[in-house]
Amino acid sequence: MNDSKSVPDRVADHLRRIPRSGIRDFFELVSQRSDIISLSIGEPDFVTPWTVREAAIFALDRGATSYTPNMGLLKLRRAIGGYVDRSFGLRYDPETEILITVGVSEALDLAIRAVVNPGDEVLYHEPCYVSYRPLIAMAHGVPVTVATSRENGFRLTREMLEAQTTSRTRVLLLNFPTNPTGAAMTPTEVAEIGAFARDHDLLVISDEIYSELTYDGERGSIAACPGLRERTIFLHGFSKAWAMTGFRVGYAAAPPELTEAMMKIHQYTMLCAPRLSQEAAIEALQSDRDTGIMRDEYRRRRNYIVSALNDIGLACHQPSGAFYVFPCIENTGLSSQEFAMRLLEEEDVACVPGNAFGASGEGFLRCSYATDFDQIKIAMDRMRNFVVRLLA
Amino acid sequence: MDELLELLCRNALETPADLARMLNASEDDIRSRISEYEAKGIIRGYQAIVDEDSLDTDTVKAVVEIKVTPVREGGFDRTAARVSRFHEVDSLYLMSGTYDLLAMVRGRDLREIATFVSAKLATLEGVLSTATHFMLKAYKKQGVLMEEPPSDERLQVSP
Repeated sequence: MNDSKSVPDRVADHLRRIPRSGIRDFFELVSQRSDIISLSIGEPDFVTPWTVREAAIFALDRGATSYTPNMGLLKLRRAIGGYVDRSFGLRYDPETEILITVGVSEALDLAIRAVVNPGDEVLYHEPCYVSYRPLIAMAHGVPVTVATSRENGFRLTREMLEAQTTSRTRVLLLNFPTNPTGAAMTPTEVAEIGAFARDHDLLVISDEIYSELTYDGERGSIAACPGLRERTIFLHGFSKAWAMTGFRVGYAAAPPELTEAMMKIHQYTMLCAPRLSQEAAIEALQSDRDTGIMRDEYRRRRNYIVSALNDIGLACHQPSGAFYVFPCIENTGLSSQEFAMRLLEEEDVACVPGNAFGASGEGFLRCSYATDFDQIKIAMDRMRNFVVRLLA
Repeated sequence: MDELLELLCRNALETPADLARMLNASEDDIRSRISEYEAKGIIRGYQAIVDEDSLDTDTVKAVVEIKVTPVREGGFDRTAARVSRFHEVDSLYLMSGTYDLLAMVRGRDLREIATFVSAKLATLEGVLSTATHFMLKAYKKQGVLMEEPPSDERLQVSP
């Protein structure tokens, strides 16, 4: 044999076509530097509430270290059933309709893989979390971008969706409140998008990981719209509102047939979510005191950072959810990448360039306010210096 | 509690400009609300929270449980008012349970506190008995830990 493959050629074709995440490049740049203020972190700066950590310690202490059922601990599924009912008015049967996963990331992967056939078109809105497009591609689906813009607060409208819909469109992937723009949907918008999904007979995958972090108005899930429950996979988890990122525990809720399909993949690839994390999650659902305190703190930081950025001269809409602001930096004449790099080099402040979240994120910067308030203040002062110099 | 008060309780040095930004209010509005709280006596002072254990000062602190006979038309308040006038008494509370008043007391050394309790407190009219507990170490004061747990390093960038 003289025609053996080169090592890169051994990587599967569809994977080779997926570009490296822009956020990873930026991470490598940032990690070479010390003493920077980072507004580029997509996780809470709070440590997991003490009662939750204590529950995990107690579970470890009594030796709760075995596998759990594939679907997850029934006690946790029941607690989630109650929580989702109370919070969103959605009823799911803990026995057959709720699946515990390794973070909402796994749930998202399962959902996409469970419903996408090769060549199916999946609509998703941009700028968005970095995983959506690659996950659709890895499931051999066709990612179809619906670009949102600052002019309407990065909202999604039926009109925008209709423009991208074809006879091959099968799935609509939503994430509200949105990482990185912080956009959230009003009940009217939810109803409008719901009607669109119904009219086109689409399946909806709704990633609601930031839903507790909604600051103005009510939160509601699209799954609660008339006729949507049967065609929606509701995804949620504990990472953001309960500051439990490292626990890796999330869940998917959907009609039994869809849950069973996701369960098939989960069973053969993951077995079950970590036992200790599931035990901790049960405790998390029993106390919402800390989530309220964290939300109030995020809301105050959001108010501060939006006002500070607009004062600096970087136009920034007020996002209603998540913990990100997405200021426009076009007036500086720099690209997102240039702005972020120079800000890092000249002022030691790290923000993620908006184009890491899709082409429509070009001209923007993602600043996370999941960072200590004093740090945010210093970062804003430094950004002011930077912008003043740029525009001088 | 009003959010403005909550923030000031946490950090009294927060500037009106920053408070205004956080609460979506004007700076003038914040200033006038603070003045009003001060005028009404709702804000009674501003103090630093100090880790005295790490200072090289001679201070001894104790809590003193005091049993009191309530007096007609004065209840516990009359005795409490007398006790609270002593400069050794930092804080004083009326309690439910097996004793009536709880005093936080400070002095230069054990002897000073002992003398204060036996000579001044115990002999007050209406005071039936006292029990003194000396404080050995402060772990948390007014919601603030005296020793920060080591912080976990987050990744500098995450999606």
